[in-house]
Amino acid sequence: MKTIERVVENLNAGLHALFAHDPDVFLIGEDIADPYGGAFKVSKGLSSRYPDRVFNTPISEGAIIGLAGGLALSGHKPIVEIMFGDFIALGFDQILNFATKSVSMYGQPVAMNMVVRCPVGGNRSYGPTHSQSLQKHFIGIPNLRLYEVTPFHDNTMLLDTLVNLGMPSILFEDKILYTQPVYRDGVIDDLFGFHFLGTEQEFASIVPEDLDVCHCLIIAPGSMVARCLTAARQVLIEDEINVQIVVPSQLYPFPLEPLVEYITAAERVMIVEEGVAGGTWGCEVAHMIYSALWGNLKHKIRLVHSQPSIIPSSSHLERQIIVQAEDIANAIKAEVCGV
Amino acid sequence: MTMTQQAYETAPQDMGKHGCDCMHQSQGSASSPMARQAIAFSPIQDEDLELLLLIRHFELALLDLFSQGKLNGTTHTCLGQEYIPVALRPLFTEADFLFSNHRGHGHYLARFQDPQGLLAEIMGRDGAICNGVGGSQHIYRSGYLSTGIQGEGVAVATGVALHLKRAGNQGLAVVYTGDGTWGEGSVYEALNIAQLWQLPLLIIVENNKIAQSTPSTQAMAGSIRGRAQAFDVQYLKVCSHDINIIRTVAQPLILRARTTCTPLIIEFDTCRLGPHSKGDDTRSQDELTELHTYDWYTFYRDHYVQQFQPLEQHVRAYIQGIVAEIEARPLTNWRFQ
Repeated sequence: MKTIERVVENLNAGLHALFAHDPDVFLIGEDIADPYGGAFKVSKGLSSRYPDRVFNTPISEGAIIGLAGGLALSGHKPIVEIMFGDFIALGFDQILNFATKSVSMYGQPVAMNMVVRCPVGGNRSYGPTHSQSLQKHFIGIPNLRLYEVTPFHDNTMLLDTLVNLGMPSILFEDKILYTQPVYRDGVIDDLFGFHFLGTEQEFASIVPEDLDVCHCLIIAPGSMVARCLTAARQVLIEDEINVQIVVPSQLYPFPLEPLVEYITAAERVMIVEEGVAGGTWGCEVAHMIYSALWGNLKHKIRLVHSQPSIIPSSSHLERQIIVQAEDIANAIKAEVCGV
Repeated sequence: MTMTQQAYETAPQDMGKHGCDCMHQSQGSASSPMARQAIAFSPIQDEDLELLLLIRHFELALLDLFSQGKLNGTTHTCLGQEYIPVALRPLFTEADFLFSNHRGHGHYLARFQDPQGLLAEIMGRDGAICNGVGGSQHIYRSGYLSTGIQGEGVAVATGVALHLKRAGNQGLAVVYTGDGTWGEGSVYEALNIAQLWQLPLLIIVENNKIAQSTPSTQAMAGSIRGRAQAFDVQYLKVCSHDINIIRTVAQPLILRARTTCTPLIIEFDTCRLGPHSKGDDTRSQDELTELHTYDWYTFYRDHYVQQFQPLEQHVRAYIQGIVAEIEARPLTNWRFQ
């Protein structure tokens, strides 16, 4: 019998695989050493197996990311674990003004292979400074690529890509997604299955069986998959609305090409994310779609995101701010049925 | 007590051994009216004097080009501080990685003796080190890198020091900072890690006692020495501007940092004779006059006439020639990817 693999296990296995075949890979971060193995256990076992390549650090995000920059400059492939993604703010200078700049500011290409891993997202009552989804703050930085873990894309392959980009990347990892199962072989549940789009598996595409007309195409990163699926299931059963959910692995730059035919075929397009309103990732994607496909869209694009607010601690308050499955279902119904 | 002993202090290992106030060579302290008479510099090789003069005239040429409107943006000259990289030059090896900062022309010229490449970089002309993209403050060449953000380089240098330690070739990550740099938190984060992990990191502090327009008395509580002690990091303070003395006192400690993989801080009590960037000096004429009494240039000009004059004549003409030649070159080509 096949056991269910959780996303955190898949990420951990990906790191182990990477360490096993690439001696230039390092891991740097706070509380990542065994037996603790990182606040979310993603790094478990690595310090025991590779003690000379795993560095447990003081609480010093600026120095940690700077250190990674120095290692990358020396030809290594450091991976940084930020305990809670929120703390990446303390290392922003090293990302903005050193690691990404160095790729091109010296007038010659300088390979800066480094990955900053950031656990993000709320719905766990961690409160205003431990629950944010900070993706939007890193959009549009030259020489920086943004990725997000999904329950579909294999993390061994993903991590191997990331440490060989020639430029820094940030990998966002949703904290609730860690605990959820990895989907394999196109199977999700009794109603939905998935397949990949694009030559590089740029998107996982989740569709109900026998999809003929797509009433609503949702573009959503890995963190939103469970909530989007719940909403899609609900509107399919209650209102016979067909929803297709496409989930990118790479958030920025957004790889639009594999989606073009699905966007133009869909009745509606919706972009769903957990980040709070204002200058969001969804805005960037929507602008890209409008620029490329204006005239081929049947309706305006609907953005769904969290409220423009700090994220409260108590779960009943947190739920008012962060996008929930019912918010997505309501948005779909409002768009498709006008209610 | 010998002159050498008076000209530096160390900590924490041998604190108190040279427990005198840090002075310029002999009797006078920086504020003493006797200071002018007290300054003396020992004879140096032609090669060193020529390099000192090369940096001095390079910087003067930049200020001149600015005043003629031929340079854009900004530049930070190291007038008065040239002797530091020149003194340290033979103490560094090919395996070392140097990190410089916004005031880095002297560091670059001492490492590579390449005024053409640097001027071309600053003027955006053919032959520029970084195609004119980096400019004065952002230079990368094998074993050398500068950035324009204060303190950032110390953390990056710590990463390079980790690499060098693992490479096992006795290489040292060297990072030039100013007194102002020590306002940045990343310096302390990096220093803490460098000492915890025993990394071969040399932090040089060019303490010119002024950060842009703010005197360090308004910017730094305590001292660099106190900071080194707090982290239990080996420390050397050098007040002498004399190249021979600097080499004598710094050499064994640098060797030790290199061979034992330990961090080291060397603080130079120095003078910034020029403005922060172009014409933005707010210090009084009296203060500047006082600082000029410590200038190696004046002393060697007045006391080593036979050696100085032909060398300066040569360097002056050399730099003039370079300026004319670089100015005539075509602009650089660069396209973002």
